Amino acid sequence: MSNAATSKPVSAPLPDIHDAADRAAVDASCRLPVLSFFASAVFWLIVGTVFALLASIKMHNPQFAVEIPASLAHWLNQFYPLVPANTVETLNGALTFGRVRPAHLNTVAYGWASTAALGVGIWLMARLCRVQLRYPRFVTAAAVIWNIGVFVGTAAILLGESTGVEWLEFPAYATFILFIAYALISIWAVDMFVHRRPGHVYVSQWYIMAALFWFPWLYATANILIHHESVQGSVSAIVNWWYGHNALGLWFTPMGLAAAYYFIPKVIGRPVHSYYLSAFGFWSLALFYSWNGGHHLIGGPLPAWVITASIVASVMMVIPVVVTAINHHMTMKGNFHVLEYSPTLRFVVFGAMSYTLASLQGTTMAIRSLNTVTHFTDYTIGHSHLGLYAFFTMIMFGSMYYIVPRLVGCEWRSAVLIKIHFWSCAYGIIFMVLILTVGGLVQGLMMRDAAIGFDKIVENMVVYKYFRSVSGVLLTVGHVVFAFHFSLMLLRLGRTEGGPTLFRPLETT
Amino acid sequence: MNRLTTLFIGFFATFLTAWLGLVIIPYFQFGQLEPQVDPDTGDQYPAFRTGLAERGKQVYQANGCIYCHTQQIRPADLEEGHNRGWGARRTVPRDYLFDRPPQLGTMRTGPDLTNVGVRLNDAAWHHEHLYAPQSKSPWSTMSPFRHLYRVVKIQGEPSPKALKLAGDFAPPEGYEVVPTPEAEALVAYLLSLNRNYALPEAPLE
Repeated sequence: MSNAATSKPVSAPLPDIHDAADRAAVDASCRLPVLSFFASAVFWLIVGTVFALLASIKMHNPQFAVEIPASLAHWLNQFYPLVPANTVETLNGALTFGRVRPAHLNTVAYGWASTAALGVGIWLMARLCRVQLRYPRFVTAAAVIWNIGVFVGTAAILLGESTGVEWLEFPAYATFILFIAYALISIWAVDMFVHRRPGHVYVSQWYIMAALFWFPWLYATANILIHHESVQGSVSAIVNWWYGHNALGLWFTPMGLAAAYYFIPKVIGRPVHSYYLSAFGFWSLALFYSWNGGHHLIGGPLPAWVITASIVASVMMVIPVVVTAINHHMTMKGNFHVLEYSPTLRFVVFGAMSYTLASLQGTTMAIRSLNTVTHFTDYTIGHSHLGLYAFFTMIMFGSMYYIVPRLVGCEWRSAVLIKIHFWSCAYGIIFMVLILTVGGLVQGLMMRDAAIGFDKIVENMVVYKYFRSVSGVLLTVGHVVFAFHFSLMLLRLGRTEGGPTLFRPLETT
Repeated sequence: MNRLTTLFIGFFATFLTAWLGLVIIPYFQFGQLEPQVDPDTGDQYPAFRTGLAERGKQVYQANGCIYCHTQQIRPADLEEGHNRGWGARRTVPRDYLFDRPPQLGTMRTGPDLTNVGVRLNDAAWHHEHLYAPQSKSPWSTMSPFRHLYRVVKIQGEPSPKALKLAGDFAPPEGYEVVPTPEAEALVAYLLSLNRNYALPEAPLE
């Protein structure tokens, strides 16, 4: 190891393909599967956004969309017995808050975020292993199976088949379909790695390989113990949050960081600041993140040691987070002006900065004294949106802005549309996190004062819930614009002349 | 770190520690708990739920009650549940012995339900509240669960199960609101929620 280490450059260059024709062939080999993943991701993003808006509005206006419109119900009933007698009641049930809320989480987590991550991951692996994707149809089939799983699971939640376990609401039959698709992709990724061209293995590859290895283990353990073995309540709870936190920490986070580690150096044309910091950040994340789950159950019905171990691990998370932040910052140093031009870089850097913020916030939330206020409040919801949206989703947007033109062979139609997308999502998520954070603190402090009646707390929270919906509208605008722009690209209606679409023309330096 | 085997040993080892620590050891340490049996009366704590209440738990899960209501009381230094009348003591692993999966919850948009069966021990109240939450608590932002009820034309004698709703919440003249079997199961479950018993590890305060 020491020999190899000394001969290794201190900064880590991207192992890229230098021959243009070769690079085009590698891109072409992943065109079908990656675009299939991206197209389904964008579809589920829109579906998840609709559920999000519905759930959000219902929180301040509980009479909103309780039942389908009377005219529609009347129209449907005319078709009896072609349409079963209880169809209207079934549809009304599907609209209830307690079903659209998990439908939102599952469509954005498994439909949007995971699907986007798989698409980005496949493309990154092909580029970094410098090999063409073998059997692309095999991976495309996995994309189709994955979509069937998400569809079946979401329909099950809406029809009242949810398991009632947060992050694992999909019933076993949907989970199984997802697992099959995932296994196919994991096996394929290892195959790609085995057939890689000789040379340096880049940090993004560790993250992707690790995530593809950890997630099936995680997913299988949680599903088997909770749904199949039906373990006792407290064990079920810790397994639930071990899974819930690791879905973020050992699946979305590594995939997001893999993309950040690739696109930041790629766009600015510099190697990553330090190979050693990359390695240190990776292995400390692997060791500490996996232990974090118990901090969701502080004060809960579990032995103290479980909770304490998770609190310690949550504090230790400062190490990988700060190391990664330093590494990214030092890579960017002197190149921040590129943010003015490159959509990819702007989204990815926004995401990378949010990662630092979200993780450090997560550490503070695991401290008991702050947790006594923030637990059971909107503060946590703000935190999860900071993680899954401001960090992960923004990085996925940035990655897609880079990858899609290379697969469809034309450039993004309009810089204005990208600008609208960026600013509505950036302001939307900043506003949402602020509202939920302040609202959560107020809610938590009021709950700690038993003299304040619960009715007063509920009444007081309505205004925050209302403004959260407003911020949600901003995100919706961004998503619709992006979905429209992406559809143009799929239809090959992008620009065919000129260079990449930038926020403003590059000044020659 | 360029070799697949080396990398995978690392992935495996780091993850294994947490898998053992947060899954396997808990499973063996507190995964086979037994209820507490009172030697004099033979009563067991927590009590085993009846079929209807257990069915009601599935309705609770299917309709996402967990997203707004917790079923756990934290120690007195961490929260005010005790002072809000939600429970006489913190909850401990044995309280969830029969909850597979438990409905601990992570959010208190609404009040805690750990002991709601003690606090609100009235089936009619729950039915009316589920059908029209604002009829019981005007300040409430809870979603109405009208899909668990049927508005039907009164045929002859009114149903004894019909909800007693007044004012804006009442059905049209000649109609009544009756619970579906799901609603009845859900209310049976809510009424069964009682963790206000003493355990050796968690005496009533």
